[in-house]
Amino acid sequence: MRKVKVRKKILIANEEYAAKNRAFLKERKIPCLNVISSPGSGKTTLLAKTIETLRGKLSIGVIEGDIQTDIDAQRIRKAGAPAHQINTDGACHLSAAQISDAFHKLPIDRLDLLFVENVGNLVCPSTFDLGETDKIAVLSVPEGDDKPAKYPMIFARAAAVLINKIDILAATDFNIKKVKADISKLNKNTKIFLVSAKTGEGMKQWCDWLENMADSKRKKALKKTRPRQ
Amino acid sequence: MHEATIAQSVLEAISAEAKKQKARPIAAKISYGVFNAINTETLKFAFEAISKDTVCENLKLNIEQKPIKAKCKKCRATFEFDLHESKCPKCRHDDFELLPDAPLLLEEITFEDK
Repeated sequence: MRKVKVRKKILIANEEYAAKNRAFLKERKIPCLNVISSPGSGKTTLLAKTIETLRGKLSIGVIEGDIQTDIDAQRIRKAGAPAHQINTDGACHLSAAQISDAFHKLPIDRLDLLFVENVGNLVCPSTFDLGETDKIAVLSVPEGDDKPAKYPMIFARAAAVLINKIDILAATDFNIKKVKADISKLNKNTKIFLVSAKTGEGMKQWCDWLENMADSKRKKALKKTRPRQ
Repeated sequence: MHEATIAQSVLEAISAEAKKQKARPIAAKISYGVFNAINTETLKFAFEAISKDTVCENLKLNIEQKPIKAKCKKCRATFEFDLHESKCPKCRHDDFELLPDAPLLLEEITFEDK
């Protein structure tokens, strides 16, 4: 028997694509947000509402990841933004190579902000770097206030956490103070937004934050004719 | 569930090395940080399933999980992050930065004697 030291990164292929994506986005000064949550937290509704709220201010594009169907991409297009749907056929996360391909399916050079809506899953997507600028976690009130403590990975790495569906707070035992404390234990600098994508409550603060982020990168002169893909 | 994807990458990495060494691998050690969210048992199971009829069949996979480290923003001490005690063990300050998690690494391979 003989032992051979290897010391090789196993996910090197994904990391190489992620680095390439990061460079591609940096060159074009487009912030890219990788949105991660459980299924049913309201990611797509939130993005649709965000697109509507920022209409005329930011040109937004969305890469959608789902196991099957293009229902989400259709919803995004209906809200007025170009969208490309990736079907993972069973895989629980998006990979950086899929994002590299998707860039060219969107009018990328006209975008001020790019969202990637990852496959609904609070665990796996946090392992795979896509080359995004930041990760955003979404937690909805009916999921319960123990999720940041139970699934710390994504909450520790997220630049912002959106607590969605706050319109039904009164009907639940969800404790906002506890959630905020649990998140800040993992990362004191995470921005926390309380929103309801359905009623629009709190959307202004979130959209202002996005605008500031895109501004600090670069705000393009808005095109008068918007692509409706 | 992403353990299946990872098992495939582990298999490819070991097989590539085996080809280079022109020998049969009988054990391999991999390591990763705890925040990689990889379940050790699931990964072993997935690896066993996909390595059937390959050069890695019956290979013993040894897995080491590495703790995640944090750096205190006040006293700059580096410490092992504990979810249940999220304060700097040195100065008790609660503002710290989580350091990057240890990557998924293929550490070493044991080959059969030729």
